[in-house]
Amino acid sequence: MKVSLFVTCLVDQFFPSVGTSAIRVLEKFGVHVDFDPRQTCCGQPASNSGYSDEARQVGAHYLEVFQDSEYVVVPSGSCCTMVRRYLPELFTEESPEARKARELAARTFELSEFLISVLKVSDTGARFPEIVTYHDSCHLLRELGIYEPPRRLIRSVRDIDFREMANSTRCCGFGGTFSVKFEDVSVALAEDKVRAIQDCGARFVVATDVSCLMHLDGLMRRNHIPVKTIHLAELLAKF
Amino acid sequence: MRKNQAGMIKISPHTGPALANATLQANLKNTVGKVLHVHQLAVSEVANWQELRCHAEQVKAHTLARLHFYLQELEKQIKGQGGKVVWADNAQDALDFVVELAHQREIRRLVKSKSMLSEEIGLNEALERERIETVETDLGEFIVQLAGEPPFHITAPALHKSRREIAQLFSQKLGMEPSEDVQQITATARTLLREHFLAARLGITGANFAVAETGTIVVVENEGNARLCLSVPETHVVLVGIEKVIPRMADLAVFLKLLTRSATGQRITSYVNLINAGRREREADGPHEFYVVLVDNGRSRLLVDPVMRQTLHCIRCGACLNVCPVYQKIGGHAYQSAYPGPIGAILTPQLTSIESAPEHPFASSLCGACAEVCPVRIPIPHILLRLRAQAQRAKNGKAARVPAEKWAFQLWAWSMSSPTRYSRMEALLRFLQKLFGRDQGLRLPFPPFSQWLRRRELPALAPQSFRQIYRNRKVML
Repeated sequence: MKVSLFVTCLVDQFFPSVGTSAIRVLEKFGVHVDFDPRQTCCGQPASNSGYSDEARQVGAHYLEVFQDSEYVVVPSGSCCTMVRRYLPELFTEESPEARKARELAARTFELSEFLISVLKVSDTGARFPEIVTYHDSCHLLRELGIYEPPRRLIRSVRDIDFREMANSTRCCGFGGTFSVKFEDVSVALAEDKVRAIQDCGARFVVATDVSCLMHLDGLMRRNHIPVKTIHLAELLAKF
Repeated sequence: MRKNQAGMIKISPHTGPALANATLQANLKNTVGKVLHVHQLAVSEVANWQELRCHAEQVKAHTLARLHFYLQELEKQIKGQGGKVVWADNAQDALDFVVELAHQREIRRLVKSKSMLSEEIGLNEALERERIETVETDLGEFIVQLAGEPPFHITAPALHKSRREIAQLFSQKLGMEPSEDVQQITATARTLLREHFLAARLGITGANFAVAETGTIVVVENEGNARLCLSVPETHVVLVGIEKVIPRMADLAVFLKLLTRSATGQRITSYVNLINAGRREREADGPHEFYVVLVDNGRSRLLVDPVMRQTLHCIRCGACLNVCPVYQKIGGHAYQSAYPGPIGAILTPQLTSIESAPEHPFASSLCGACAEVCPVRIPIPHILLRLRAQAQRAKNGKAARVPAEKWAFQLWAWSMSSPTRYSRMEALLRFLQKLFGRDQGLRLPFPPFSQWLRRRELPALAPQSFRQIYRNRKVML
């Protein structure tokens, strides 16, 4: 099985270990992983900020890079949502780009979804003797409807103490440009989230999106809160 | 063209005061938490809840696609039963009608039950300008009117006020003995309102639904105040938005189930009033005159686009407010509009114009909790995105709301649409990190980074990007 990895721009520039971990996990289960270095971004920042022309420009490039992929796997619920639900809408309904985007959408999977639904893998053989909680990324949960797969994968990690926090499905307040346009609300929501993480006693918070984790980590580091963030791919690659 | 002046005023969400108000934050957390809990219980009881939502969505879509037909049917039925129908293109038309009617009947004081539409068109203010007193009879509305505030929530107007604050307000304004006893607080309001009900000659209500098939106006409530407003005074005026029409009485069963459970977590409200025009011969009660004012006020503009049209599916249950993390933090007044929360963020700019509320569609983290809970399945995040795009194109096609932001996105798109340019950007970012960086991460001292950095850290760029590592992947694995 051949998989094209779309690492996402944030992973590429800030959190490359998420990409290397994803490869490690996928290759363990016999997947041939390809990384096309022409890839950049899915266009989500522009799309979410109302800059449709700019989103279309970047989206068209994305389509060009991935149009021949058998499967595309994305270690992000949010970028996966962009590709699956919003990319086709950027183009006129009958255009060849829209058709390509719809076809590509059907072959695009978020990492935990791909492991559980396509590879039928729920145990990667990882071991992590820590207290861990899971934060649901809004787009993964509510746009793609994925709740259980990341949890199944986390629970199968050896020696892990997995605890659900209160309101795990509530937004962390990131929301792309929302995090700076409504900085005060964004931080207030992150504060609630961090409190919930601390209250459940977790030392690590795991999520499928580096954007949420970057937001929470940014607040926790500023306030010297000793909780670490870890992406699901990094957790699953601890074998 | 919109005659209402509200369209000329630019409003934007005002978050600071709410976040800084500790009492408000505590009240919000406490009350919204309770509302969410009962809502969840009420919804979980209904095995076919998702099917009901889909059904309601389809009925709404069907109706809005044939709105002119159903409105004419409604008018015919109401008139056939002796009621009168008034068509109001805009807020001013509706206000003019009510004011004139009150003047003709020489009415100085009227009773009114909850109506979001009346807030939208500014009815109380218009009447006040004509020296006509409006008595809000819904307890929550009564409280906020007493406090001189607009409603805080679509279904729970005084949600932000604690029992203590209400008690203080009542003793200050109504001379109630200081007490936080709920019985005593409600008794005070009840005694006062009873006199108004008995003396009133004009009652104004809103409508939750208007059934075209039978000409029935449906008003749900829990206090019996709407029933008094619509049965005691000699004249009853119903203010109803044109999107509130539903085709058949059979559809009402579905919508009532969805509405009451979504709004207050009740299986059914204490009162469900089904009104067919006024008093008929040999009937003992009911108004002698019955008017239904069908208000457009920007709604028909939304019919043009099938996606945006879904905004008109809204049955004003307020469930999207309760689940919205942003509303939970800033509350209703921050939106500075009759309609707060997620539904307000899409409704306000569409009923007025995107130019008059350009920031509202941005006051959302796009978490989607609103769409998930909406009983009529309005895709609020999708509509927010459409409105964001409109906001960027607004001002007669002149650039964006913030020119610098537009340029930044153009530059971004230019670099992101070519691998070569992307690599150059990668190099530039690393140069900037060296220039402004610290061990803990990027410290770029200009927007948008500076806003982020006010209370959070930014991560550091990785020493080597993923693509650089990948080029040498044998070392990596």
